[in-house]
Amino acid sequence: MAADSQAGGRRQGAASWWYDPKIRAIAFQVAFVLALIGLGVYLVHNTLINLEKRNIKTGFDFLFNPAGFEIPLTLIPYSVEAGSTHGAVFIVGLLNTLLISAMGIVLATILGFILGVLRLSNNWLVSRLVGVYIEAVRNVPLLLQFLFWHFAVFQSLPLVRRAIPIFDTVYIHNRGLTIPKPIPQPGFMLVVASVFIAVATIIYLKKWARRRQDATGEQFPVFWVSLGVLIGVPLLVSAAAGFPLTWEYAELGRFRFTGGLEIQIELFSTLAALTVYTSSFVAEIVRAGILAVSKGQQEASYSLGVRPAPTLRLVIIPQALRVIVPPLVSQYLNLTKNSSLGIAIGYPDLFNVFGGISLNQSGQAIEIVAMCMVVYLTFSLLISLYMNWYNRRISLVER
Amino acid sequence: MSEPIIRIEGMNKWFGQFHVLRDIDLTVNRAERIVICGPSGSGKSTLIRCINRLEEHQKGTIVVEGIELTGDLKQIDNVRREVGMVFQQFNLFPHLTVLENCTLAPIWVRRTPRAEAEELAMEYLTRVKIPEQALKYPGQLSGGQQQRVAIARSLCMRPKIMLFDEPTSALDPEMIKEVLDVMVELAETEMTMLVVTHEMGFARQVAHRVIFMDEGQIVEQNEPEEFFYNPKSDRTKLFLSQILSH
Amino acid sequence: MSDIANHPGGSFYRTENIPQSPPPVSTVGVLGWMRQNLFSSPFNTALTLLTLYLLYLVVPPLFQWAFIDSLLEGESNKDCRGIAGACWVLVPKRFGQYIYGFYPEPERWRVNLTFILFCLNLLPVLSDRVPGRTFAALFLVFGFPVVAFVLLHGAFGLEVVPTHKWGGLTLTLVFASVAILFSLPIGILLALGRRSEMPVIRTICIAFIELWRAVPLITVLFMASFVLPLFTPEGVNANELLRALIGFIMFASAYMAEVVRGGLQALPKGQTEAAQALGLNYWKSMQLIILPQALKIVIPGIVNTFIALFKDTALVSIIGLFDLLLVARSAVTDPKWLGLEHESYIFAAVIYFVFCFSMSRYSLWLERKLDTGHRT
Repeated sequence: MAADSQAGGRRQGAASWWYDPKIRAIAFQVAFVLALIGLGVYLVHNTLINLEKRNIKTGFDFLFNPAGFEIPLTLIPYSVEAGSTHGAVFIVGLLNTLLISAMGIVLATILGFILGVLRLSNNWLVSRLVGVYIEAVRNVPLLLQFLFWHFAVFQSLPLVRRAIPIFDTVYIHNRGLTIPKPIPQPGFMLVVASVFIAVATIIYLKKWARRRQDATGEQFPVFWVSLGVLIGVPLLVSAAAGFPLTWEYAELGRFRFTGGLEIQIELFSTLAALTVYTSSFVAEIVRAGILAVSKGQQEASYSLGVRPAPTLRLVIIPQALRVIVPPLVSQYLNLTKNSSLGIAIGYPDLFNVFGGISLNQSGQAIEIVAMCMVVYLTFSLLISLYMNWYNRRISLVER
Repeated sequence: MSEPIIRIEGMNKWFGQFHVLRDIDLTVNRAERIVICGPSGSGKSTLIRCINRLEEHQKGTIVVEGIELTGDLKQIDNVRREVGMVFQQFNLFPHLTVLENCTLAPIWVRRTPRAEAEELAMEYLTRVKIPEQALKYPGQLSGGQQQRVAIARSLCMRPKIMLFDEPTSALDPEMIKEVLDVMVELAETEMTMLVVTHEMGFARQVAHRVIFMDEGQIVEQNEPEEFFYNPKSDRTKLFLSQILSH
Repeated sequence: MSDIANHPGGSFYRTENIPQSPPPVSTVGVLGWMRQNLFSSPFNTALTLLTLYLLYLVVPPLFQWAFIDSLLEGESNKDCRGIAGACWVLVPKRFGQYIYGFYPEPERWRVNLTFILFCLNLLPVLSDRVPGRTFAALFLVFGFPVVAFVLLHGAFGLEVVPTHKWGGLTLTLVFASVAILFSLPIGILLALGRRSEMPVIRTICIAFIELWRAVPLITVLFMASFVLPLFTPEGVNANELLRALIGFIMFASAYMAEVVRGGLQALPKGQTEAAQALGLNYWKSMQLIILPQALKIVIPGIVNTFIALFKDTALVSIIGLFDLLLVARSAVTDPKWLGLEHESYIFAAVIYFVFCFSMSRYSLWLERKLDTGHRT
């Protein structure tokens, strides 16, 4: 403040305010905003004229108009005959995006962790081979990989009538995978309930094992027992209920299957491309995370007599995860965004069915592109909220 | 004379083509305190890291507490339980509190009930004079405090032998004393100690024997008085003149 | 050695030096290396054998398919009958299209010339063994684009080749280069804006950057392709390539801004303060002190972003620009080449790989070089 008044005193006169950095900053910002508003008004003006001239409606009424096209993969009831709307298309597409992203994230994480650990293996051959895989996958455009998986790999599978049978229950062909369709019988709910009971048991088991170890020092093989419970309990219950799930097997007719459940090839192509591509990034993240834990940590743990497996679980992994989680989550976001490339091979994700077909039918490009963008923005906002929470929690633990 | 607690005979180690440890023979008696010194790169750290198998030797034998160190993982585990180690860089686990650092091994290796392990940890933290820091994280402590926690952490396994790998080299000068004080007190408990250090005052005060290493071999060993005032080997003399001149 | 054995606890000194001796044979040489790196434990041995078996299953047949049982010369996919391996026939026949798209054949020398000039211009910029780096860099940014435009598009008596005839690798490269040329300065401005002390500017920059980073590139390209024409006044109709470029540049500059911001954040605060203490105003201090240092730190980051953008250009094929990927894709929809998907995509993938891989090696080399430069 004192400096300000001094400066003002020295310069004197009308020009002095112009040199006040605060006023200059405000003036600059006001001018900038005005310019932006001006640009905005100009664009809106142009747009209105253009829309009128091309006879395109505005607003979101189109969401309630029937969409006249089928979608091959729908997680909610959807049909052209029932007059499903563009709004329904939006929901179907969104769910398909979430479905493929969730599957891709699980697979890419598993594959990526395995590759990341193998990359660090002291086996030269394995480590090199994984390195080659990572380089090859990373240096080719993802879209090309989509096309390759779809057109060169999956579509060169045999035609439906020459489908490859596996134990005469599952059939592989160039349109996808035909599997028996599960038909729940009365009593199936019991089996579903037993899964929840198994999960609850495992949670309780974990707490119990922990309490017992605290009290007596005895350790309990929680992992293996949990696995047993998770498989055993539902199996026992369904046996007791007389296996209340029957399968409708697919029958191969002359040209097509009757019955069964067909999973479209597009799903597999998209899944393969997303998984393989993302796993190469996950592998590098995992590698970097493990390398970030200094060798001294492992040595300290070993010198205390802790064996390699618990050392990994108690010392290395908790520390590596702090380095791994933030970039890993941003890879998950990338995978979700990348699933929009399904449009190139016809996977019916949000961007394909809504941004592609609905846009073509209704012509309302602005609304549709904006809605798609808002969806992805929301994903990214949720992820960054989670990241802030995670980082805060970590820093709380640290200090 | 009681049987030795550590017996090393004709031990050799190479890093690639480099011969780091050459024909090492060393026996350590129960409750004996040995200080190992020598220029950097002389193999002194590698020597004590071989004793708990953080490094593998390629020739000769190492027998600790009657257990010979071979590739057998079970044997290695048994040895490591009896041998504590303190590192130059402390190597505390940054994601665990001081108390959790101390209880980790007793709980998971010795299967001690938690309450008992915590009691034990507090006992040793009191002995290294930082019981009040028990619930803090290592990152919140000074270097000297961290090293004292590291000593307490090792002691919680009630080891028979303690190895110290330059425990004061990474510390600021004003913190060296607090760590040395703890080590001197430990010496009074008849613990078997092998200490790699350049703290000659400490060596004079507590060591039964001083070993001088150079180029991967034991060049001279003697009682502290003789070692410092009447060194025999020229290499020892040169080293002592360099280290004592400043 | 014997004297020490006689004095287990007592005094001892060594008069003779034990010389270095070679390690046991089993630990060195090819055998030692193999023992250590391939067969160090039973598990490791199993892993090695399994890997070797997998390689045996995959590599020889692949090699056989691609090089031995393959056919290189031919007129159409009819020639592929009876060929067990790869049928590369479309590659030599369509090679021109892969590289140049529909650029008229007699004019293709202009593309080659542009590429050669570009390489010559780039050489002193990338390597420190060729002199004239500053001048070359300035020319690359300000002079070369003009030269390239004149050569590629045509002017001063050169026949005009409209952009819709550009295609293949040429289009991919032009697209990526133009995008980086514009996105870098915009990215720098955005990064400075994001770190500005003016709240309005900062907010706008953050919103801009985060918006583009949050949405998939394909939505951006769709916007450029369907929405952008609605924004322009009547009669003004930007061509398809330009519209896609605008969208791509927006997208790229948001990523570039984050890379540059990383560099700005890495600089110690003392640098800004020192610049202010010298009496430099904001733009002067940025231009003379801060940006040169920050940009130097992030050069590897910029190269990596460039690789990512180069790969991302493949997406323009979805909105119908005839880039390398679309050439590869449409080649196999031609009845003449039907069924040669493997060959066409693999060939395109190899081209992309060669470019991306060499750039990423360069970036690694640069990182290592700059890293040591920092320590000294």
